Amino acid sequence: MKALLMRDLRLATRAGGGFGLALAFFLIVCTLVPFGVGPEGGQLSRIAPGILWVGALLACLLSLDRIFALDFEDGSLDLLATAPLPLEGAVAIKALAHWLTTGLPLVIFAPVLGVLLHLPSPAYPWLLASLALGTPALSMLGAFGAAVTVGLRRGGLLMSLLVLPLYVPTLIFGAEAVRRGASGADPVTSLVFLAAITLGVLALVPFASAAALRVNLR
Amino acid sequence: MSIWEYANPVKFMRTSGAVLPWAVAGAAICTVAGLVWGFLTPLDYKQGATVKIIFLHVPAALMAINIWLMMLVTSLIWLIRRHHVSALAAKAAAPVGAVMTLIALITGAIWGQPMWGTWWEWDPRLTSFLILFLFYLGYMALWEAVENPDSAADLTSVLCLVGSVFALLSRYAVNFWNQGLHQGASLSLAPGERMAAVYRYPLYLTMAGFFLLFVALLLIRTRTEIRRRRLAALLAREMRK
Amino acid sequence: MTTRLAVRDLAVARGGLRAVEGLSFSLSAGQALVLRGPNGIGKTTVLRTLAGLQPAVSGEVEAPAESLAYAGHADGLKSALSVTENLRFWSDVFGGPGIDAALERMNLRELALRPAHALSAGQKRRLGLARLMVTGRPVWLLDEPTVSLDTASVALFASVLRDHLGQGGAALIATHIDLGLPEAEILDLTPYRAGPARRDSGMRPAGFNEAFA
Repeated sequence: MKALLMRDLRLATRAGGGFGLALAFFLIVCTLVPFGVGPEGGQLSRIAPGILWVGALLACLLSLDRIFALDFEDGSLDLLATAPLPLEGAVAIKALAHWLTTGLPLVIFAPVLGVLLHLPSPAYPWLLASLALGTPALSMLGAFGAAVTVGLRRGGLLMSLLVLPLYVPTLIFGAEAVRRGASGADPVTSLVFLAAITLGVLALVPFASAAALRVNLR
Repeated sequence: MSIWEYANPVKFMRTSGAVLPWAVAGAAICTVAGLVWGFLTPLDYKQGATVKIIFLHVPAALMAINIWLMMLVTSLIWLIRRHHVSALAAKAAAPVGAVMTLIALITGAIWGQPMWGTWWEWDPRLTSFLILFLFYLGYMALWEAVENPDSAADLTSVLCLVGSVFALLSRYAVNFWNQGLHQGASLSLAPGERMAAVYRYPLYLTMAGFFLLFVALLLIRTRTEIRRRRLAALLAREMRK
Repeated sequence: MTTRLAVRDLAVARGGLRAVEGLSFSLSAGQALVLRGPNGIGKTTVLRTLAGLQPAVSGEVEAPAESLAYAGHADGLKSALSVTENLRFWSDVFGGPGIDAALERMNLRELALRPAHALSAGQKRRLGLARLMVTGRPVWLLDEPTVSLDTASVALFASVLRDHLGQGGAALIATHIDLGLPEAEILDLTPYRAGPARRDSGMRPAGFNEAFA
C-alpha cells in the first residue's frame, strides 16, 4: 500500500505529472470572478465563500481523470488487480494520493485567495477547516467517477456530468460553514454534517469504485 | 411459477404484449378524464385558476421520484440476480423519468411565477428536482457512452445505487441550505392540511393516469430495447462465424 | 509432482458470447503449456479469466491463492520512473523477492537508472518480463511474451523461463513463435471453440448477446 502511495506521489510530482495545475486553475478562477462581478469589496466578500468552494471543487475535478486513466492505458491496472492488494484498498490509496497532490495544496492555498476576494477575517479558520474536511470526499467521489468512466473515449466530460451532482451535499455544507463563519453565526453544525458525509464517503465509496473498476477491466 | 420467470425475454415479450394495450387504454382514459375533470373544478379562493396546474405538476413529480426508485430496484435485481430484462427495464425507464422531472420543473416554474413572483426560486423542493434531473442525465449518458452492454448494465446499476444515496442526501442538504417557499405535501394525511375533495379526486385520477402512462411507455421502451439487443446478438453471432 | 493449476470444463466469454468452452487441463510444477489457435479464438480471454480479471462463464479453476502472475500486452511501466523504480514498485506490491536477481537475469543492469520512456520497445518488454520474476509467484500466465524481442532476447527469455520451471514453477503461454522450449506441451484451442448457445440447455447466458440470441 505504501509502495503504491509513494509511486503515485512520485509520478504526480515528476515532470509531466500535472502537479500544480489544479492550483493554477484555482488561482485563475478566483482571479476571473472579480472581473465578472465587479471589483466592489462588499459584494466580493459576500460571495467569497461560495467562489472559493466552487473554485476548489472545479480544480479538484480537473485532475480526476488521471487517477485511473494512465494506469489503465499502460496495463498497470490489470497488474494491480491481480496483486495481493485488494482493489478497494488500491482505490482508496489512489484517492489519497490525489488528495495529497491536489486537495491538500488547495486547502493550504485557499486563504491566500480568500484575501484576494475580501473574505471576512473570522471566516479563515472555518475556510481551512471546511476545505480540510470536505476535499477528501471530493477526491474519493472523483475516484468513483474516474473508475466508472476509465475505459471510455471522451470519458472526461461524462465524468464531470456523473461526479458533479455527487458533490452537491459536500459543497452545500462546506460553503455554508464558511458563510456562517463569515457572518459570525455558528458554523459547527455544518462542519459536523460535512465531516459525516466525508466519513461515509471514505467508508463506502471505495467498494463502489472497485466494483466499477472490475467491470471496466473485464 | 415464480415472478422471476418474467425475466425470461420470451416470456416477457409475450406477457408485456398482452398487457400493453390495456395499459395504453387505461393511461389515455385516466389522464384525459382526470385533466378534463381537473379543468372543470372551481377556482381556488387564494390561488385562482393557477391551482389547476397541480393536475400536471403533482403526478409528474410523483412519477419522477418513483421512476428513480423503480430504476434502483431493477438495478439491484440486475446486480443480484443477473436478469437481463431487469437491466433493460431500468434503461428504458430513465428517459421517461427525466421527462417527468422536466415536466415537474417546468410546471413548477409556471405555477411559481404568479404565486411567488418569480419563474425560478432556489427552493429546496425545486432544487432537489433539478439535482434529480442531473442524476437522470448522467445515468442516461453513461448508458449511451459504454459500448459493451454487459459493462454498461453493471456500471449504470452501480451509478444508480450511489446516485440514490446522494440524491437523498442532497434532498436534506438542500433543506438545510434554504428553507424555501414551497407548500407542504399536497396529499398529507394529517387532517386540516388536506386539500379539498374537489381537487383531490381528479388529482387521484391523473396520478393513476400518469402511472399507467409510465407503465405503457416502460413496456414499449423495454420491448424496443429487447428487440434491439436481439438484433445486436444476431449480428454478433454472424460476425463470429 | 504438485499440481499448480487445474482447470475443469472452463467456458469463457468475450463480447457477451462464449468464446471457448469445455476447456480442461492441468499444470504441474515444472511444466509449461503453450496455447495455440487462430486469431480471435480467445487465448487472451482464457488467460485473463485465469488471472481473475474477468469471471468465468462456467467451470472451475483451481489454484492456490495468489499463485498466478499475469503479463498481458501492456507491461505496466511508468515512463517517468526509472527501470529500478518500476521494478521495485512491483516487487513491493507483490511482496516478492528483491529486484537484483531479476535485473541481472534480464540483462537490465546497465539500464537500471534509465527512465522507462528512454527504453526501446524490446527493452521495455524485457523489463515487463523481469516484473514477473519479482512477483515471486509460481505460475506465469503470459500473453505473447516475445512481442518486439530480438532473437537474443527470446533466447534469454527462454532460459529464464527454463530456470523458473526448474525451480518448481509453471507457465501458460499464448504465443505463435517457437520459444526453443522443446519440453513445452502444446494445447490447441481450436477444438474448444464454443458453439452457438443452446437456449433449452438451462445454461446461464454469458452476456446480453447470449441472453437475447
